[in-house]
Order: sequence, then C-alpha cells, then structure tokens
Amino acid sequence: MRALRLSATVAFTILGLLVVTFLIGRVVPVDPVLAVVGDRASQSTYDRAFVELGLDRPLYVQFGLYVEKAITGDFGESVLTKKPILDDLIYVFPATLELATVGIIIGTLFGIPVGVWAAVRQGKLVDQVVRILGLVGYSAPIFWLGLLGLLVFYAKWGLVAGPGRIDISYEYAFTRVTGLYLVDTAMQGQWGAFRNVVSHIALPGALLGYYSMAYIARMTRSFMLNELAQEYVVTARVKGVAEWRIIWVHALRNAAVPLVTVIALSYAGLLEGSVLTETVFAWPGLGQYLTNSLQNADMNAVLGGTLLIGIIFVGLNLLSDFLYTLLDPRVRRRS
Amino acid sequence: MSPLLSVENLRIAFPSRQGPVEVVRGVSFELGRERLGIVGESGSGKSQTGRAILGLTPVSGKATADLLEFDGIDLRDATPAKWRSLRGARMSMVMQDPKFSLNPVMTIGKQLMEAVKLHGGKSEARDKSLAMLEAVQIRDPERVMAAYPHELSGGMGQRAMIAMMLVTEPDLLIADEPTSALDVTVQIEVLRILDRLVSERGMGLIFISHDLELVSTFCDRVLVMYAGRVVEELDAAKMSEAQHPYTRGLIGCLPKINGDVRPLPVLARDAAWLE
Repeated sequence: MRALRLSATVAFTILGLLVVTFLIGRVVPVDPVLAVVGDRASQSTYDRAFVELGLDRPLYVQFGLYVEKAITGDFGESVLTKKPILDDLIYVFPATLELATVGIIIGTLFGIPVGVWAAVRQGKLVDQVVRILGLVGYSAPIFWLGLLGLLVFYAKWGLVAGPGRIDISYEYAFTRVTGLYLVDTAMQGQWGAFRNVVSHIALPGALLGYYSMAYIARMTRSFMLNELAQEYVVTARVKGVAEWRIIWVHALRNAAVPLVTVIALSYAGLLEGSVLTETVFAWPGLGQYLTNSLQNADMNAVLGGTLLIGIIFVGLNLLSDFLYTLLDPRVRRRS
Repeated sequence: MSPLLSVENLRIAFPSRQGPVEVVRGVSFELGRERLGIVGESGSGKSQTGRAILGLTPVSGKATADLLEFDGIDLRDATPAKWRSLRGARMSMVMQDPKFSLNPVMTIGKQLMEAVKLHGGKSEARDKSLAMLEAVQIRDPERVMAAYPHELSGGMGQRAMIAMMLVTEPDLLIADEPTSALDVTVQIEVLRILDRLVSERGMGLIFISHDLELVSTFCDRVLVMYAGRVVEELDAAKMSEAQHPYTRGLIGCLPKINGDVRPLPVLARDAAWLE
C-alpha cells in the first residue's frame, strides 16, 4: 500500500516535470526545425521536416509522443554532438557524479564534527573560527577559490594535478565501465591511473567539499544547539551518562533527522553540475555539457539534462524520506 | 547519624543586562532519609535548587554555597568524573514531562538499560530493567521495553521515567513536579508508586511542586519558597499552624469542596517578604 502510494507520487512528479520540459521546448524562441535542417534549407525541406517532427499535430498529441519517447529514453539527438541525448548524458553524468560524491563525502565527514564542536563550544573561540570559515566558504565565489587553488597547489607547489579528470597518458590505461574513474581504475587494478585520478579530483573535490561543509557545519551547529537544550539531555546527565556520549549518541542521533534533508539537498545541488567549478577545472561533466548546449541553442540536450536533474532531485528526496523513517520512530508509525 | 544531604546558603545567579540576578538567595536545609517537599510558585527557585544539588545548573548560571554535602562528599568542587559516578548511581531526578524528558529516538529499554550499564551491571541490565518496570506496575514490561516514548501514554511514560531513575537504587531522589504534566486520574497512581518505592527503599526524597496540598499529604516536611528564599519550614501534618503570611495566603487560596468562597481570595504579596 505504502509502496503504491509512493510510486504514484513519484510518477506524478515526473509527469509534471515532463509537462514543464515539454512546454519550455515549445515556448522558447528556438525553432526545432531550423535546428535540424539548418538555416539555409529550402522552404520545401523545411515543411517536410516540420511534418516529420510532428509539429503540425495538436499539442496534446505532441505531448503524448514526447512522453512515449521519454519513457524509452529517447530525447532526440544533440545538434552539437550528433549523438542521442541519452548517450551524451550517460557519458557526461558520471564525471559530475564522481566529483559531487567526493565533495559531499568530504563535506559531511568534516561538516558534522565541526558543527557539533561549534555547538558544544558555543560562543567560544572554536565557534567563531568555524563561523568565519563557514562564511568564507559560503560567500567566496567558487571560481575564484578554484583559480586560487590551482595557482597555489598546482602551479606553485605542484601538489595536485591540473585541470581535467585524468592525464592523457593514463586515459587508455583502463576501460570505461561505470564512467566513475576512481571506481574503474581501482576495479581494474590500475593503481597508477587511480593515483592520477585522485590527484586530479583532489582539488575540485576538496573545493566542493569545503563549500558543502560550510553549509552542513552551520546547520549541524544549529540543530545540535536545539537538541542540547532539550530535557532528555538533562535526563541523560542525571543518569550519569558521559558528556561525549550525550553529544554524539543522544543529541546527534536526534539532530541527524533534519540533517539528512540538508545533506541530501546539498548533494542534489552538487549533482546538478556546478557549472563554475567544472569550467575552472575543465571537468567534462553535466554542468559543462548543459552550458555548451545552452550556448548553442541545443534544446534537446538542455531539456534532456533538465529532466535528468529533476529525476535526481526526486530520487534524492525519496531517499531522504526513506532515511527519515529509519532515523525517526515517530515518522515510522505515521506512514 | 549525619544527614544524607546538607545545604547551607545556596545561591544561584544568572547574568543579565542589569548585572547578575539571584534566583536562589541563601537556601539552607538538611535532609535525612525522609520525604521533603519544596513548594513555591513559578520562578521561586525551587527547580533550580533541585538541579543545583545534582550539579545541573545551566552553564550560564553560577551556583555557590557555604556547604553542599551529600553523604559526606563535598559537591561544590566535584570533578565531572565524580559527578558522573554520583548521578544515576546515588542520586537521580524524575522530571516533569515524559514527552520531553525521554529521548524520542531511543526505545525505553535502551534508555533504561543504559542507566544500569553505566553503573556496573552489564549482564543483568535486561533482567533488572524488566523487574523495575514491573515494580512501577507496568503490566507488559517486554512490550514497553521495545516501545519508543511517543508510543506510551503520559502516565506510562512517567512510570518508565521513575523506573529509569530508581533502577540503580540511588540514595536520593529529586522529583521535580513529577505529576504536573499528567492527567489528574493518573497523578494519584503515579504518586502512589513513587511513594511506595521511596519508603520501601528508604531513600531520601525531595519533592518539588507548586501544589501545596499534594505536598502536605505526600511529604514529612515542607519548605515554602518565595523569590529564591525559604520563607517557612513546616511539618507536613501541621500545615494549619503556618505562620508566614505567604504560606497562609497559599492555604487560603485552596478551593473548598463544600462552600462557595466569593470573591475568590487573592494572594497579596508584600515587598517585605523579599528581605
């Protein structure tokens, strides 16, 4: 019953998403026929393409066709790459997925302890330092930090590799399976290539990690302050529970419930492809793909990408809802 | 025999923009293995007094005393480790509302057994917890052990709380308005359980309440607090002999079952009581 309701919600959300992308495709002043035939085609060629694309049919029929194709994963062809959109997305998305995952892992691993620490030492020096670091992370333009990072760690000190996902010399040292280079190289035991990938992803990953850490730490701090002021914390103290256990077991377990949403949404934000980061680091990901497509009025690619981002959002929301029920017994009963 | 707890000139101050404000101003009393009631209105400092004895004054506040001794142990300069060994094991506190005082994401069983395990008793934690739940008259202890706080009624939650605080068999129990959040019908039941367990085990009890009548029937001795001071100390049986105008005023405000008192009595406060 619950699964049924859930899948109905998901289906409905995605249908809504399809309506939006479809309408955008019809509303924008990019002529889909011209995109196919080019602007020097004769009128008769234009007319034939117009009919072949089904643009003479009523809007709801067009939408039906659109949905039908979308379900089978057919979003048309990219004008730019001349390949099906789905293939393009499958090619670029792993790059973004890999970078975003490294970023969110760093952000969570550091953000939570730092936020807890700041909450426990509220108003003390640690709290102030965390506040300033967070403020910088949140307000400094990421492209500026990225360029600065490249200048210092790559150009000056040579600690990390430069832009791109991997050096050309390693590019063919392994076969592409998942498209996640860290996973592919590790699974095939290509440790040289693996180290090279790590060295490439270290700087942009750390940057996105810092960026999400700033937010996660801030939210952790405020959730923890809220929990530490609750009466059950006093109960735990009365029982003689050690302070570390009160903080990390009693309070954090409660703060984790809203934190799940914060982390899931940060992750979704990173998965959209951070255009600026991907541009600075020449990272061939979703953000860069979408920007290129937009600049070339490649509507099929833009809409396909938009749909993908939408589905990621729905999926991550679903996941965080699921984690909610795992973490909070009060939600479990209601559902 | 020396008393279980001695408090002399306890003062608790909180900072404010106008300088420190004293919410408890020189409270002194001694407690043996008896039931002492502390009554007073909101803000009279009765709860802060109770929490200071457990070293749980909020970090922003400052508690000082000329003497704060529990069973010969000076509590004023107790280290965190010392506190941890005392709290739970030898002194504990039942709080007001089980809706807030129980951890919502832990089962009752886990919270109960945590108390046992902390003070040595890992192997028998489960049996002890079950027995304790039975002692607070929970009919289906296995089910309650597996339940989360929100799945229990207020009365059940408070019984679980009492079980959690008594399972380590402490010498001193502070009950801070333990029945104020409960339905009237459940109040008496919970009080009876508390009463029986306290007298069976011969513990010292500090019962904090705003309910003068309840305290006088339930305790041996009553401290009446007003604005951070003890204004009167009475034998519970001799409430009618109260001298202080505040106490007399409180007694005068009690509703009478036969006879309509109109206009309703109003407690007139006198600035002189503050001194």
